[in-house]
Amino acid sequence: MSEVVVTHHDEHHDHGPAKGLARWLFTTNHKDIGTLYLWFSFIMLLVGGVLALVIRTELFQPGLQFVTPEFFNQMTTMHGLIMIFGAIMPAFVGLANWMVPMMIGAPDMALPRLNNLSFWLVALAMTMLVSTLFMEGGGPNFGWTAYPPLSTTYGPDSTTFFIFSVHLAGASSILGAINIIATILNMRAPGMTLMKLPMFVWGWLITAYLLLAVMPVLAGAITMALFDMHFGTSFFNAAGGGDPVLYQHVFWFFGHPEVYIMILPAFGIVSQIIPTFARKPLFGYDSMVYAIASIAFLSFIVWAHHMFTVGMPLAGQLFFMYATMLIAVPTGVKIFNWTATMWRGSMTFETPMLFAIAFVVLFSIGGFSGLMLAIVPADFQYHDSYFVVAHFHYVLVPGALFSIIAAVYYWLPKWCGRMYDETLGKLHFWLSFIGVNVLFFPQHFVGLAGMPRRIPDYSLQFADFNMVSSIGAYIFGFAQLVFLYVLIKAIRSGEPATDRVWEGARGLEWTLPSPAPYHSFTTPPKVVESEAHT
Amino acid sequence: MLLSASARADALNMPVGVSETSRIVYDLHMLILWICVVIGIGVFGVILWSIIHHRKSAGHQPASFHENTRLEIVWTLIPVLILIGMAWPATTTLIDMYDTGGEDMTVEVRGYQWRWQYKYLDEDLNSQFSFFSNLATPAEEIQGQAAKGQYYLLEVDNPLRIPVDRKVRFLLTAEDVIHAWWVPDFGMKKDAIPGMLNEMWTRVDEPGIYRGQCAELCGKDHAFMPVVVQAMPQEEFDAWYAEQLQAAKAREEALSKTFTEQELMAEGQKVYNSFCSSCHQPNGQGMPPVFPAIAGSPVATGPKEDHIDIVLNGVPGTAMQAFGRQLDAAQIAAVVHYERHAFGNNTGDTTQPADVVARQQAQQ
Amino acid sequence: MDRPADSRPSPGRTVAKLCLLVVGMFGFGFALVPLYDVLCDLTGLGGRTGGQYTYDPAEVQRDPSRLVRVNFVTNTNGGMPWKFWSEVGGVRVHPGEQKEVKFYVTNPTDRRMVGQAVPSVAPGQVAEYFHKTECFCFNSQVLEPGETLEMPMRFVIDPKLPRNVQSISLSYALFDITDFAARDGGGSPNGSPNASPRS
Repeated sequence: MSEVVVTHHDEHHDHGPAKGLARWLFTTNHKDIGTLYLWFSFIMLLVGGVLALVIRTELFQPGLQFVTPEFFNQMTTMHGLIMIFGAIMPAFVGLANWMVPMMIGAPDMALPRLNNLSFWLVALAMTMLVSTLFMEGGGPNFGWTAYPPLSTTYGPDSTTFFIFSVHLAGASSILGAINIIATILNMRAPGMTLMKLPMFVWGWLITAYLLLAVMPVLAGAITMALFDMHFGTSFFNAAGGGDPVLYQHVFWFFGHPEVYIMILPAFGIVSQIIPTFARKPLFGYDSMVYAIASIAFLSFIVWAHHMFTVGMPLAGQLFFMYATMLIAVPTGVKIFNWTATMWRGSMTFETPMLFAIAFVVLFSIGGFSGLMLAIVPADFQYHDSYFVVAHFHYVLVPGALFSIIAAVYYWLPKWCGRMYDETLGKLHFWLSFIGVNVLFFPQHFVGLAGMPRRIPDYSLQFADFNMVSSIGAYIFGFAQLVFLYVLIKAIRSGEPATDRVWEGARGLEWTLPSPAPYHSFTTPPKVVESEAHT
Repeated sequence: MLLSASARADALNMPVGVSETSRIVYDLHMLILWICVVIGIGVFGVILWSIIHHRKSAGHQPASFHENTRLEIVWTLIPVLILIGMAWPATTTLIDMYDTGGEDMTVEVRGYQWRWQYKYLDEDLNSQFSFFSNLATPAEEIQGQAAKGQYYLLEVDNPLRIPVDRKVRFLLTAEDVIHAWWVPDFGMKKDAIPGMLNEMWTRVDEPGIYRGQCAELCGKDHAFMPVVVQAMPQEEFDAWYAEQLQAAKAREEALSKTFTEQELMAEGQKVYNSFCSSCHQPNGQGMPPVFPAIAGSPVATGPKEDHIDIVLNGVPGTAMQAFGRQLDAAQIAAVVHYERHAFGNNTGDTTQPADVVARQQAQQ
Repeated sequence: MDRPADSRPSPGRTVAKLCLLVVGMFGFGFALVPLYDVLCDLTGLGGRTGGQYTYDPAEVQRDPSRLVRVNFVTNTNGGMPWKFWSEVGGVRVHPGEQKEVKFYVTNPTDRRMVGQAVPSVAPGQVAEYFHKTECFCFNSQVLEPGETLEMPMRFVIDPKLPRNVQSISLSYALFDITDFAARDGGGSPNGSPNASPRS
């Protein structure tokens, strides 16, 4: 089969997609690869979600009912890894694959074959990661952060596979990021200057640089851990002259920018959607770009705020506290800009807009708790409690995930040429919105009252809110099955979509027919002012 | 769940706590919380106003403005000023928290998988006595076979005891993996890291029992290593302290004593439940392949000397720790005796402290 | 910006630059190891103390007006069966005065073992004022079955120690490095990336 594709590759753009399985295995088309990424991340979302439901079911009541503490630790670890490396990041890459070429007037990604490799690498990585659950001794059980010596000296045998799969996922992200930067810098249509780029493209451009800067550092950290385990080095082993805290520094040097890798594309998406449904240009385009850039810069000098309790010198604590607090400034600018975009607009509330508004509000709540966490003396109380769990889930679920869902609703008619069912979409939104708040808001309370994270059992004063939280989890989990139904229904039997799809939509992608043809912008479009700045 | 009204209120917010530091931290927390609430109400209010009034279905025509430099500068600068206002009290509090000098007393806190050890140091910082603090909640409560008590998972056999109104300095470290020592009522938490020494201090001003937990994931029983601290008036503390010194001496004397089988079984079961059962399970069945069974095991039914050696020195490269440094000879004798006569094992011999001491000496 | 349609530049140069960035950052991850050591030496991060210090009584001013308490925490780590203790739990010294404290280890097992002591000072920021002129932590120890070893440790506290510090804790965590040593065929973990153990 591969020969067929290879020989036909040169005259590829005269053809439609190949038939059957070969189309998906060997495709170099950005739309096909985008579709693969998106479905893959949706499956991973469901897998990670099932693990989360195992966690919430065990925590429904105090006592050990369903799983052993050992297995519970595997659940929390795998949930984190799968959601980050399997669901959120690939979903954003999928959206970039579909939309970046269409938004900048390029025919495809700059490196189509590498694009195919990136996808299959992450698919392989996640398969390997999930398979560790079935190995003797179980999967990784030391939290997604994998602090030594718990992960090295005391880790299960499967740790080696865990490290290898994170390497593969990292390689996939790096290749994807190179491809995205090369596409944005080299493939723009004439007239599409950098300061005319759609915000989604801006968000991704900066994200891709972050990926290139920090994924190799993560690779370094876990390589060192691997060497400590198998080749007798002592990077993180105090006995041989290493330091377990060093791992935490290297890990969070990756880990904090990673947080922004999962939110900057979301900023971009929301900056596309709100102007469309407010029927008004994005407020403060330039300051939005500068805000994203400053957040990306700051993300490199705040990593140790994840480690305020390891016993750093006072000067270090103060530096990382001040730097972290500074992030509130550009983040605030973005929130204010979105608010100003809505102000005196002419708003309608289709499903993408609902998710985008929920994003602005709920992400702000996550931002507020983030600001609280930056205050070192108070962080001594918050650190490693459920308050932190509530915080990062507020920025990642109604933050990153809501933006992805909003993007899917927003661009789905362009992808498949059919509209989704608006009533069902709104049902999905309200179930998700209620579910996510019932799920995560009470976690602030139990955290403040002293419940540590990553525990399978808890004392009685935390019982009520944990039960509420678990109920929220079931609502939220069910809502995503509604989402699946909405998607299938739209793809199979949705109403045909117009080319413009949304009344207020601006941008090159909307000048294409719906569904977008397999090969688009094979000749570069002319960029006109009226399609810019959305 | 039967919960008192006050317990419910406690479950909503950070405790005010019982030290000056914890009260300052609480005030700081509330200050920032309220600032966030006010900003939140402002921003969300504007969004809500827009949603209600600036909607197409209400006939609102879109404006076309998309920038306002003055406004953008204002909403960049105002947050900077608010942040400076927050950073000031945070900085002064932190400087105070870092001042560990001038302490009245020092306690060394050591994290183990999965228990805490407390070592009391005298004025010249010589170790006086030490003990382990194990979860006291019975396995039946955890497994749901018995009603859960009020302090479920927050109770220990030997709480740490400290005097009130004294600056107590804690030196934290760990045996195996990273743990974190946390009592919310003291407003402090710090990691206990193997090979490293961390310190923090507290001055508790109300007698009482304060409960917390290990806060850093440390393996399987991370949820089951609570921190319980009893703060008591100085005189009471002094009396308790003297008693402990006596008891430490008595334990030394016990090493040359001969116990009855009943005494050995009773003490052995206690030691087993505190130190062995989390891995080898209360019924001695273990969790193969990582944690082997005691019932019918070649060690617990083979020569007594080998059994004692394994408990004393551990098994390198496995989860079996060297208990020779955690338990004294009388405790080891009792637990070995217990393991050889429980779970269906019946070797018919007895193990006395003298046997353990003999093994220790034979190895030197 | 008005490029002809068919002459969009090939991404080769961009890709090459980006690959350099990736390789550079991978190297940077490893460079963080020595950088961290430098940072630790500068700030006392992690309570690390410096290496061997040469004490010249003529140069160091003794400060008889102050007495600083130093206490010793001896730990054995993760299943290490050795006994490890110091002759005293703590001493009081004048800054600038050299003091000797004896530490002991016993190997109670019936195998030859290698141990390595790792020091840590609290509070971390005083580490730079704590000088060791002789320490067993500079080397690893090899003990035959049943052997006991006496190990002297000598130190001087820098008279520049901030005045508010009245008490210093020095901990030694003793690790079992028998397997490391066997792998390297020697008594010290020199196969490690940090050739000399943290001292």
